Amino acid sequence: MVDPARPLVVSGARLVDPATGREGTGSVLLRDGLIADVAWGAAPAAPEGAERIDGAGLVLSPGLIDMQVFAGEPGAEHRETLKSASEAAAAGGVTTLVAMPQTNPPVDDPAIVDFIRRRARDTAIVNVLPAAALTKGRAGLEMTEFGLLREAGAIAFSDGDRSVTNALVMRRALTYARDVGGLIVHHVEDPDLVGPGVMNEGERASRLGLHGIPHAAETIMLERDIRLVGLTGGRYHAAKVSCSDSLAVVRRAKEAGLPVTVGVSINNLTLNENDIGDYRTFLKVSPPLRSEDERLAVVAALAEGLIDVVVSDHDPQDVETKRLPFAEAENGAVGLETLLSAGLRLVEAGQIALPALLAAMTTRPAAILGIEGGRLARGAPADLILFDPDEPYVLDKADLKSRAKNSPFDEARLQGRVRKTFVAGRIVHG
Amino acid sequence: MNARTAFNQKHLLGIEGLNHLEITHLLDMADQAVDVSRQIEKKKATLRGRTQINLFFEASTRTQASFELAGKRLGADVMNMSVGNSSVKKGETLIDTATTLNAMRPDIIVVRHHAAGAVHLLAQKVECSVVNAGDGAHEHPTQALLDALTIRRNKGRIEGLVVAICGDILHSRVARSNIILLNALGARVRVVGPTSLLPPGIERFGVEVFGDMKAGLKDADIVMMLRLQRERMNGSFVPSVKEYFRYFGLDQEKLGYARPDALVMHPGPMNRGVEIATDVADGAQSLIREQVEMGVAVRMAVLEALASHLPNR
Repeated sequence: MVDPARPLVVSGARLVDPATGREGTGSVLLRDGLIADVAWGAAPAAPEGAERIDGAGLVLSPGLIDMQVFAGEPGAEHRETLKSASEAAAAGGVTTLVAMPQTNPPVDDPAIVDFIRRRARDTAIVNVLPAAALTKGRAGLEMTEFGLLREAGAIAFSDGDRSVTNALVMRRALTYARDVGGLIVHHVEDPDLVGPGVMNEGERASRLGLHGIPHAAETIMLERDIRLVGLTGGRYHAAKVSCSDSLAVVRRAKEAGLPVTVGVSINNLTLNENDIGDYRTFLKVSPPLRSEDERLAVVAALAEGLIDVVVSDHDPQDVETKRLPFAEAENGAVGLETLLSAGLRLVEAGQIALPALLAAMTTRPAAILGIEGGRLARGAPADLILFDPDEPYVLDKADLKSRAKNSPFDEARLQGRVRKTFVAGRIVHG
Repeated sequence: MNARTAFNQKHLLGIEGLNHLEITHLLDMADQAVDVSRQIEKKKATLRGRTQINLFFEASTRTQASFELAGKRLGADVMNMSVGNSSVKKGETLIDTATTLNAMRPDIIVVRHHAAGAVHLLAQKVECSVVNAGDGAHEHPTQALLDALTIRRNKGRIEGLVVAICGDILHSRVARSNIILLNALGARVRVVGPTSLLPPGIERFGVEVFGDMKAGLKDADIVMMLRLQRERMNGSFVPSVKEYFRYFGLDQEKLGYARPDALVMHPGPMNRGVEIATDVADGAQSLIREQVEMGVAVRMAVLEALASHLPNR
């Protein structure tokens, strides 16, 4: 490992600053955990004794900020720990992750926020930001202590994979969160409309004899939330949208100037319902994989900037929860280590420019969360990744650092590998 | 015809994936099995020394009995395991059950499970041949084969016939397998039912969709009724039994819209007075009892066809 006190220069790389959209060859000097200098085009002004890394042929960009990661602790350490999640993150180029609160116990008490922060400090190799539960016990009935949880270090409030179905509870939460400056991240899915549904509703589900989940299950909840944001002015982020109906709702909300942002899972950007094949449970995720037309619609919305953020939706599941008949298997896929390579498929297909993709994985999550990062500029944190965007590989799940191996990309051909990951100027991967 | 060339499958997991030659071959074999079953001496030696396990995770009387008889008439040692839901409560997974049974070295496992895809999953974990005896709302291939056999023996053909499948299509594996099979053999398939009981996207299955039963039955050669599960009758999918029978129950009046020589089928067990009137079920146009006889024959044909691909033969 590099001596953290020693300055470090990455030279001759293709720099991408997603905050400005600027791309070009150059060098970056890292010192004291920060980006001390960015030299576009020019030869690097490396101080005496600096460590040098040759970035020729590689892309240097800010490290990815993943707003949706289930990291296992506390309570599901057999699936993932903060340590293993952070190692997976580092390998995938994620330098900051938001740890979701659907733990056991859930993160509905400041002491648990504190526990996660201290565990992360002691064991994790990337930045970990705990999200707290939106309601006590994630039961959807009473809001948690937003103020105290914020003071303890909660970055946002979310009931994880559950939606708050009671509109009055949601209204009050948005109102109160506005007072304390809290961000609400919501899973938009009406559980009653989901009913027994386990995949996208339509011909494919009907042929497999599986119950479908209609688009409306998502869109109705999103529409309701947006009305409540209009009523309250609370800062709101829809965690994952998956269909064009939802995009129309988002467009109206943004045009109305409401404080609304949205994310999309990398799974919904790069996979569709046909990938389920003959009941492949690793492809069972929430929101469900939609049709190819819907996938293309969310890709276009991402390229346009209507969708703000791409998340891995990393959700480690073990054999006991996945090696089951499709309807009985849990939702979820690991994604930290494939987030970038899967995203690069879209760049390769000409559907989005690299800086725009990286902005949705760095600059915009940073802005939404209100944290430093996501820019390649002097004074920004030295959380960076150096990657080869062209290196092809076939994913072998045995190589994954995550404790769980439920990758939807197992045995898939991917392109783009992270060579080095820097957190606060230190090399944590590569 | 040589079984090895005409039916080249290790498992029978569904009708999907079979071509019309394979289907026709199975029906031809089943015709011969009917003759065997009508003899005094009903026993063949095709499966002598072989072990067949009937693994039923969902209660079934007729299908299980039918597979048992079929196996025994072919000389197999047949073991019935009715797992119900009890072992799920005990924590044993489907995979554990499959692995355990596999260690007993069966030659054929016949599986029924309440979850779609469960039989596919099990087939991946065992070395022997697997027959799907119904998986959730996905497929029930031997039912579709026995229905086709019954139709063919009574009408002399399947191609060109108008077949109306009526009732709870949404939850029906029988309907799915029948739609695929009848389309493969060139029938004109209609589905008839309230939209709340039709699967989304059904119009892309190569069927005509009817919400009105009289229109759906008009000039039909075959009227195939489906069972409506009791828990779906009262307000969840349809308002009441009374209302359902009024609009979608098969009585003499509605049957009158079909061709005069139309034949009535039902996979059983029937809810008399819910989806079918007693006088129709027991009437001259009903093939319902014959379907049961054909069930044994078709299952004999399937077991024989798979046996030709068992190792050491």
